[in-house]
Amino acid sequence: MPDGNALSPDHRVGRSVPRPDARSKVTGELRYIDDQPFSGLYGATVRTRSARGRVTGLRFVDGTDQGVDWREFAVVTANDIPRHSKLDGVDPNLVALIARDQPYLVRDEFRHVGEPVALLAHPDPEILRRAVDLVEVQTEPLPAVLDYRVPPTPGQVQHGDDSASGTASAPSDDANVFSRIVVSKGAADESRDAFRAVFESAAHVVEGVYETPAQEQCYIEPNGMIARVEVHDDDREGALWPTNPWKVVIEGSMQCPYYVHKAITHLLQLPDDKVQIIQAPTGGGFGGKEDYPSIIAGHAALLALKTRQTVKIIYDRVEDLAATTKRHPSHTRVCAALDADGKLLAIDMDVTLDGGAYVTLSPVVLSRGAIHAVGPYNIDHVRVHNRAVLSNTPPHGAFRGFGAPQTVFAFERHLDRCADALGLDPVALRRRNLIQRGETLAISQRIDEPIAIEAWMDEALTDIDYTGKRAAYAAFNADAQASGSPLRRGVGVAVFMHGAGFTGSGEDYLASEVMVRAHARGGIEICTANTEIGQGSITVFTQIAADALGLPMDLVSVAKPDTDHVPNSGPTVASRTSMVVGHLVARACDDLVARLAANGTLTDDDRRSADELETADRVSALSDAKGKQYRPDRLQAALRCAASDEAGATEGWATYQRPPGGAWDDKAYKGIAYGTYAWATYCAAVEVDLTTFETRILDFVAGQEIGRVLNPLLAEGQIQGGVVQAMGWALLEDTIYVDGHVKNPNMTNYVVPTFADVPDVKVLFQESPYAYGPWGAKGIGELPMDGPAPAICNAISHAIGVQVDTIPATPERVMRAVLAAERSQEATS
Amino acid sequence: MTVSHAHTHLADAVPSQEVRFTLNGAPQKLSVRPFRRLLDVLRTDLDLPGTKEGCGEGECGACSVLIDGEPINACLVPVIQCEGTTIVTVEGLAGHDALHPVQQAFMQHGGAQCGICTPGMVVTAAWMRDQKLGPEAIREKLAGNICRCTGYSAIVNSVAAALGTPDGTPDSTPDGAAPGGSDA
Repeated sequence: MPDGNALSPDHRVGRSVPRPDARSKVTGELRYIDDQPFSGLYGATVRTRSARGRVTGLRFVDGTDQGVDWREFAVVTANDIPRHSKLDGVDPNLVALIARDQPYLVRDEFRHVGEPVALLAHPDPEILRRAVDLVEVQTEPLPAVLDYRVPPTPGQVQHGDDSASGTASAPSDDANVFSRIVVSKGAADESRDAFRAVFESAAHVVEGVYETPAQEQCYIEPNGMIARVEVHDDDREGALWPTNPWKVVIEGSMQCPYYVHKAITHLLQLPDDKVQIIQAPTGGGFGGKEDYPSIIAGHAALLALKTRQTVKIIYDRVEDLAATTKRHPSHTRVCAALDADGKLLAIDMDVTLDGGAYVTLSPVVLSRGAIHAVGPYNIDHVRVHNRAVLSNTPPHGAFRGFGAPQTVFAFERHLDRCADALGLDPVALRRRNLIQRGETLAISQRIDEPIAIEAWMDEALTDIDYTGKRAAYAAFNADAQASGSPLRRGVGVAVFMHGAGFTGSGEDYLASEVMVRAHARGGIEICTANTEIGQGSITVFTQIAADALGLPMDLVSVAKPDTDHVPNSGPTVASRTSMVVGHLVARACDDLVARLAANGTLTDDDRRSADELETADRVSALSDAKGKQYRPDRLQAALRCAASDEAGATEGWATYQRPPGGAWDDKAYKGIAYGTYAWATYCAAVEVDLTTFETRILDFVAGQEIGRVLNPLLAEGQIQGGVVQAMGWALLEDTIYVDGHVKNPNMTNYVVPTFADVPDVKVLFQESPYAYGPWGAKGIGELPMDGPAPAICNAISHAIGVQVDTIPATPERVMRAVLAAERSQEATS
Repeated sequence: MTVSHAHTHLADAVPSQEVRFTLNGAPQKLSVRPFRRLLDVLRTDLDLPGTKEGCGEGECGACSVLIDGEPINACLVPVIQCEGTTIVTVEGLAGHDALHPVQQAFMQHGGAQCGICTPGMVVTAAWMRDQKLGPEAIREKLAGNICRCTGYSAIVNSVAAALGTPDGTPDSTPDGAAPGGSDA
């Protein structure tokens, strides 16, 4: 393990090496999917226009006066898709994800506004656009769930044990519940009575309710796909599903090529080698291009098969905002039992996520939220009851943080409410409860790695001058009140952690594989399915391989993610790319070198002397940077030889291997949920104007321990980017649903932060290397989304003396909270 | 479905017209329907897809180009309005031998992540440099360009570095040691 070993100057990891992809981005030369040379048809989607019902027919309204001649269009509906797969009997029209319930195209019943009903293709994109509006979707209404917080009536039940009958007078607790998870610890494991007894005997019991909105990922590049079909000369029967299958090639904006591959082989009932998925350069994802691209790819492929032409579907902003996934809205009740000194005795939490109309990723979003709910605190008795429920909106899905931001917001906000109730400083209350090495999280995972959360927290507090600001702002606010100034200032803190990689045994099931291939220049090409979406994976993989081999970075290249040419190294999600896949890159390099040593291409004469190597050259507990043990000139010669296949080994491979330690028990919801966590303290200072009720963020400090920082400039950019997205969630961003319609599907009315809305975000790193990440690196992508909203709302509450429990904390919401507090004060006085 | 295409019927009704402008230093003469968006004409007719479409309604700035030296959202401009103007797109910023100082600075200071907002950012930042604006103006003058990846700090650092450099010479920050990254 590299713990404590500084990296020498010749290391590429640990340095802010520039992005290999930067030049093509600053010049505008990089070709995203909509920029690529294209000849073929344009595809578009006809969608439902009400929240729930049955489609009874389609009417193609005459559009001659607008240049729409229906004879020129190709049309695909669900009738073009067989009802039963010849391969597994499942309806091919259902997207292959966790549960198969979401259709590519509505057959009969539909569950949300914007659900795809028909696909059109035409050579002219302008005429196509007009045509979409001329297709009348005829429907019969069904009762819709428009508020996920309200239990369904019998007619609204669409999922769960009552869905079959639909006549039960009172639907059961499982009606419309997609997933339910209970985390429990201590007395909550024993009995309801034992758990209740802890609350009954506590000095203080504090309760609060917190709500968060649907947040749009709002990547600046909307979704897009191009599909083509390799038609055989000998098969012109014109069927969508010919007996001798055609090969379908789809390229587009996406995070997870193999997710799309799995979905398309199922939809089109094709063998794996007849579907090729290629990631085009992708303009941001943040989770929003995790699952929905499978649907767009399916639509483009269906049109391509029907027309036997290349078909391009590019969403505009309105369609992307109205139809694709967003962060799950949440409603959380927290009840805390504390002793007189502020020690947390027990936590009882009830979390409800709005899953939208189909299951999609809700069970795993719920899981991550449940595991992160109680944060880095040592609390003896915990119960967190979590449900993801149905509502008739487009499905909510993956967005950076994946459930954790919702529960962390509720819990960290609640700690400040507790501190207020007890008359304690919020930081003092946290100090009494922070977890120490050897203690256990709510899921009973014991933290064995060396952690110093309190010391790390103090670094961030010192940086923002927490103590000084608490005092200075108290004086500022007193002066303001006395002088009639509307300005109030406050400072707030959130302490939290984020586990990297798939939860529990998820990485075992993924069994990710990475391959590296020797190339003729005496270096290697890295082949993974992980996608560069702005986060810097190309750069970090290149650094890791260069150091694992002891070669310059320009001898390392990264292959385009293309399912015909790269192994399945898993999806680009869950903060797993650098930590999990980056580690596999180093191990695949080791494997290639070991093969070359085993077959005699590299010999002991080629080795460096032992004193040239440092402890820090070891990548991890599982990788000793074998390539670096050889002289670079000899290794390059060996790789050149390998590339020409004279060496009998051109490729090195690595497969995920679970780090030693305990397992995860999915039934009990206990155990090792994540191999490691990143730990963080975020601090915000704000000014609230009580005339306009606007909040301005004055200062923001993001302090985190993330293991080895592989590329400081990229890591800092990741943290700052995540923090600003979370500032938007905290103060500005809200998807307005009215009768299931998104009422603000454009960037004029869905407002994200601009340069002018946010301050410079100060980033602090602590490094406590993780034995099973490359040079000790942990995942960081999602972490910065968790902490800003509670830190900012804690600061607002400090400034105005009123609890702010619902985000975004818009001026309207802050005003209502202030007025409500004034009214209740008047009522009691 | 979108507001931005509400003008299409009108566009159809009007016959093509000749439009002349100077594009990235070279004269252009086109026969186009006059109400087509400059953005579409650039991307499809003139094969300059460096200018991106992020929102289609003038909010995100991904389609920023310089028209007669001013930064303009190309998604809001009917091409007929460009008659007689001088237009510079991201493809026209770099010189023959070297990138524009703003482009150099974005590479060195982490100004580009996913890269989709980057062309619009560098075009607007190049305008700031032309105007000899100081770093204190960055957050206001770039507020019409939205980035969803960086949180803006790295872009502020990039533009600040570019504003301080003379014409034609790259920022002198050494490779791999960009300020803002604690490269210790």
